Amino acid sequence: MATTTTLLPSLPPPTGRAGLRGAITSEFTKIRSVRSTYWSLAALLVVSIGIGAAITGGSAANFSHNPGNKAGFDATMISLVAFFEIGQLIIAVIAALAITSEYSTGMIRTSLTAQPRRGRVYAAKAIVITTLTLIVSLVTSFIAFFVGQALLSSSGVSASLFHSVTIPQNANVTCPQQGAGGGGPPPGCKVAFSGTDVISPTTVLFAIIGCALFVTLVAIIAFGIGAMVRHTAGAIAIAIAALFIIPVVEQALPNEWRWDIMRFLPDAANQVVSVTIGNNAPAHLWSAWPQLGVTALWAAALLAAGAYLFRKRDA
Amino acid sequence: MIEVQGLTKRYGEKTAVDGLTFGIEPGMVTGFLGPNGAGKTTTMRCILGLDYPDAGTITVDGRDYHDLGYPMREVGALLDAKAVHGGRSAYNHLLCLAQTNNLPKRRVGEVLELVGLSEVAKKRSKGFSLGMSQRLGIAATLLGDPKVLMFDEPVNGLDPEGILWIRNLMKTLAAEGRTVFVSSHLMSEMESTADHLIVIGRGKLIADCSMSEFIARSSGTAVRVRTPMAEDLIKGVTAEGATTATDDDGVIEVRGMTAEAVGDIAFEQAIRLHELTTVHASLEEAFMELTASSVEYHAAVPGPATSSESGA
Repeated sequence: MATTTTLLPSLPPPTGRAGLRGAITSEFTKIRSVRSTYWSLAALLVVSIGIGAAITGGSAANFSHNPGNKAGFDATMISLVAFFEIGQLIIAVIAALAITSEYSTGMIRTSLTAQPRRGRVYAAKAIVITTLTLIVSLVTSFIAFFVGQALLSSSGVSASLFHSVTIPQNANVTCPQQGAGGGGPPPGCKVAFSGTDVISPTTVLFAIIGCALFVTLVAIIAFGIGAMVRHTAGAIAIAIAALFIIPVVEQALPNEWRWDIMRFLPDAANQVVSVTIGNNAPAHLWSAWPQLGVTALWAAALLAAGAYLFRKRDA
Repeated sequence: MIEVQGLTKRYGEKTAVDGLTFGIEPGMVTGFLGPNGAGKTTTMRCILGLDYPDAGTITVDGRDYHDLGYPMREVGALLDAKAVHGGRSAYNHLLCLAQTNNLPKRRVGEVLELVGLSEVAKKRSKGFSLGMSQRLGIAATLLGDPKVLMFDEPVNGLDPEGILWIRNLMKTLAAEGRTVFVSSHLMSEMESTADHLIVIGRGKLIADCSMSEFIARSSGTAVRVRTPMAEDLIKGVTAEGATTATDDDGVIEVRGMTAEAVGDIAFEQAIRLHELTTVHASLEEAFMELTASSVEYHAAVPGPATSSESGA
């Protein structure tokens, strides 16, 4: 019988063992070879920079009607809010997909047959997704900041990475006649600013990097949840619940509890990391580093839980 | 090469595999037969370390699958051709697998060439037909030049050309001295490929024997005869110990005798034959018969079959 195959050249005898390095190279190939990665990253940039520009542009326009709003105006936070509030969701989707898509497509069985030492596969995935989101988050955070500050440049309260900026702390608006209605202060109103806040470049730099770190931790949280539930929609739903819904529900608790609980929620950090004006930070939360630490603990716990289940369960 | 010892796997209340023991030898095609739901896929998943057994041990080349240095160099397995990310190109799918085992990049091109997918290497696999997906899966199994190849129902849904291609491939691989372990629920498929058979039903071993032995033992095998001299033929074969049955169209089914023997009797007695065909029972029929008379059958088959019966 004629054979339809030609024999393959045989390979030289192997030395060593399949390890973490090969697994990382493989995971990088996986993530760069599917379109969803590029779509999601494009969406992240559009949302974080586009919506960020809309918000900062709107604020700049608003100052001409309400110059008093310049007092205590946190230009850094405003330029980053779209990134850390909405962009984090897109990052969460990318990170969850990195593992849940293996289950939805069945690829996980092929992957774990090629490398049955699951700890290495999981670690490689986590390393690749963390590295990717950290780089992308840093880039997005910086671009969103610079675009936002460019749009605010004429306001006099834009933030800078290169020199200290002094902005008014309080505004006192006095008008000759009352009741002119909406649409800004009536003619003749006077705005008197009092007190100043000095925002140093270091503070601004930390806010930009802090936001990127926060979003990266969100990615790890979503990845860990993805490994636990092994289902894309389920993982994203749980991540949204943890980051958006629980904090809202928590608002309904009596005051004496909710302040204490709020600090321990994974998303609390985003209310402080981006803030460059001390007075604007919510008083019931810790400062940026400890709050990022709380988020990091959540990320570590969920990553570990995911690892445990990834290794223990049938694939 | 692959040694399965007392493998038991439960999913909740259901016992999928129950005290299964068998070994697979290199240099031949071993068929893994059983009706749907018999536990074939579960057994293969356990061999590959995808599922953890509740009891028993499995070794590949003397080692646990999880401990193999480069698993793809030892075992190439295709359980489900659709277990790929459809958004990834054939080339990248193979590349990401090759990278886990430090296999050279050129190998990807070589296996794509072998399975005839070079033209569509850059295409996303979600647009592939089942036959193309099957070829991609087989390309992946060959990446590591493995000593053992495992295929789970490889011809399911394939067109005749694809079936022939896979049959020939398996024979070639076995002829190269590799271990080929292939599952199917179709007896007819196994007949033309397998040298050795492992038959399971409801998670238990029913037979571990050569193909010819299995067919001979299956009383479901019959010889279909059409002749204008039906009475003479029936008389002739029953005299030699066979049993016969005649259907409405006058076709005689002879059991307990090979086609050669029936033909010889017809020749000696000058009986004119219009048809003489060996009819094998489908696996399902043979299987049901085997389970119905398991004690009798097991007594006749040496080795693991009997031990599994007592150990189960």
